[in-house]
Amino acid sequence: MSLYKAETRRLVKRRFTKLFVFCGLLVLAAVAAGVFLSNQKVGPETVAKAKAEAQANYQQQVLDTNRLIQECQAAQGTARASDYPPKCDITAPSPSDFNPEWYMPASFDFRSRFPSMVTTFAAVLALVAYIVGASFVGAEWSSGGMMNLLLWRPRRVQVLGTKLAVLLAGTTVLTVVLGAIWTAGFYGIATARGSTAKMTSGAWQSIALMEARALALVLVAGALGFGLASIGRHTAMALGVAIGVIVVLQFGVAAVLGLANVKFPELYLAPFWIIAWMYKQYVAEDYHSCEVSLTGGCQPATLTITWQMAGGAMVLLFALVVGAAMWTLRKRDIT
Amino acid sequence: MDAVLEIAGLRKTYRSRKGTRRALDGFDMTVGAGQVHGFLGPNGSGKTTTLRTLLGLIRPNGGRMALFGQEVPRHLPSVAGRVGAIVESPQFFGNFTAQDTLSLLADAGGLRRERVTAVLELVGLRDRAKERVRTYSLGMKQRLAVASALLKEPQLLILDEPANGLDPGGIREMRTLMRNLAESGMTVLLSSHILGEIQLICDQVTIISAGRRVAAGSVADVLAEHASSAVKVRLEPGVDLIGVAAILKANGADVTVQADHFVVGNAGNPAQITRILAEREIYVSELSPVAADLESVFLELTGTAPVEGQNRQVDQVAAPAQGGWGQ
Repeated sequence: MSLYKAETRRLVKRRFTKLFVFCGLLVLAAVAAGVFLSNQKVGPETVAKAKAEAQANYQQQVLDTNRLIQECQAAQGTARASDYPPKCDITAPSPSDFNPEWYMPASFDFRSRFPSMVTTFAAVLALVAYIVGASFVGAEWSSGGMMNLLLWRPRRVQVLGTKLAVLLAGTTVLTVVLGAIWTAGFYGIATARGSTAKMTSGAWQSIALMEARALALVLVAGALGFGLASIGRHTAMALGVAIGVIVVLQFGVAAVLGLANVKFPELYLAPFWIIAWMYKQYVAEDYHSCEVSLTGGCQPATLTITWQMAGGAMVLLFALVVGAAMWTLRKRDIT
Repeated sequence: MDAVLEIAGLRKTYRSRKGTRRALDGFDMTVGAGQVHGFLGPNGSGKTTTLRTLLGLIRPNGGRMALFGQEVPRHLPSVAGRVGAIVESPQFFGNFTAQDTLSLLADAGGLRRERVTAVLELVGLRDRAKERVRTYSLGMKQRLAVASALLKEPQLLILDEPANGLDPGGIREMRTLMRNLAESGMTVLLSSHILGEIQLICDQVTIISAGRRVAAGSVADVLAEHASSAVKVRLEPGVDLIGVAAILKANGADVTVQADHFVVGNAGNPAQITRILAEREIYVSELSPVAADLESVFLELTGTAPVEGQNRQVDQVAAPAQGGWGQ
């Protein structure tokens, strides 16, 4: 317990932790401010105005169409007839082509738009957790602090496990607290600049589950940063792997798979697995294929990455990296 | 006297793509309770590897180690609380203050925070305790390292080059500190290259070379065992020293001529000198043994004495001279 307490103090005292949490907060605040400023409350007046505008546009389009038909009919038998469709077959638009919503300013509908905000929140905090996790153990290795600590507490795996537990506990507290503030903040934004309609208990439950998945994503990111930095015994190891994965594996693999016309290239790209995890599934489509549908036409073949598949991949990655970190710490000399 | 630290037949081999290197090759060492024990060896001889292995940082390939009678590394967790150590250069997280660094260690070890203030006072860092470690000089970091080793009030203190980077005043303070700690009953294992310091403060020494123990015992015994066979010879005024030296050299002596005397380095039987010279009616006014110091014994045992015109490489040792002239 004393080690857990000491490591918690160490994590909280580190300037790097404070700096990156602050940077994460700044980004989240900027997102929230941007959403607040770019959305407006839609009242009956705005709706009526939008409906009137839609109606006016519809009527204008009908007039334009009728005028065009008359011009077409007048041009029949002249050289200009070729400028118009055969038999002046020009169809007037229907009222449904002019949805009043398109004439309304952007408005934040909590139920439909908050899930994407949860994903943004998870992405920002996952990045913070990855970097803070990497630095928490990496800086200890490179500064010699880890060796000092092991002179006091020679049980290596226990020391690394305690550090990881502290990181994950700290990340959980931060994510849960910020998640609550994030949810409340966007509920407030929706109240002031949008709508909180249709927020049934089922909708809240769905958001709560999505936030739980966001927490899991943040924790796995933190553990991966921590594990990789511990294997490399330097923060730069984790950061190098992150850059390598993004540049080489993601961009490079995406380009190669595209050139090779591989079916469902998304299957090999991490972002789609994260989308599947957050939104419960991702449906990849192969536009090179053609499956005849009952309604006629061509339907592309699909492959669904489910949240269970994505969760399994995350667990596997977590176990591999953390397991390797523990194993290398146990086996390798500390010089 | 009970052994606080026992090492027997310790072996460690480093393997790399360039080949294998035996850092420890059956090394033995015993440190008795209450001793200030000097641990000497040239660079790359295996000192730090020994200490790291003892403290569980390096896995040995063979041999036996025990601290307070308990086998390590198996029982290291149960004896670690009784051992304070600094290994090689002091390393700390630069952005924390000395106070933070020590209080975090105190927390990790379940110690009272008051100990932090006490050890900072002891090593002379009280007034600079709230400054970041990255602003410290090497000597100040060294003091902080010693403070961290003393924090848990250890029964065995292992210090690897504690005087490294210290100013002359700091070295003297460190010497006094070692003595005081030893007087309080603490066992101190001190690795250092400052052999004069070792000779002054250590009861016992172990000398390691190429991963093996080459000498062990009290400082006096080691000096006596490896006493130099050199004698200083002074002649009556007016005698040609160079001519006399040539006569002795012709008889196999290793002679070094000084301003007003000469030294015969391999005088196993000093009577031979007087006999040879007396036969030529040259008379000796002074014939005295040259006292060995720890440095010369160290250089002899480890084969690391500088040789004019040669650049000795790390790991390069010469075979020590055997026997003496005139025996």
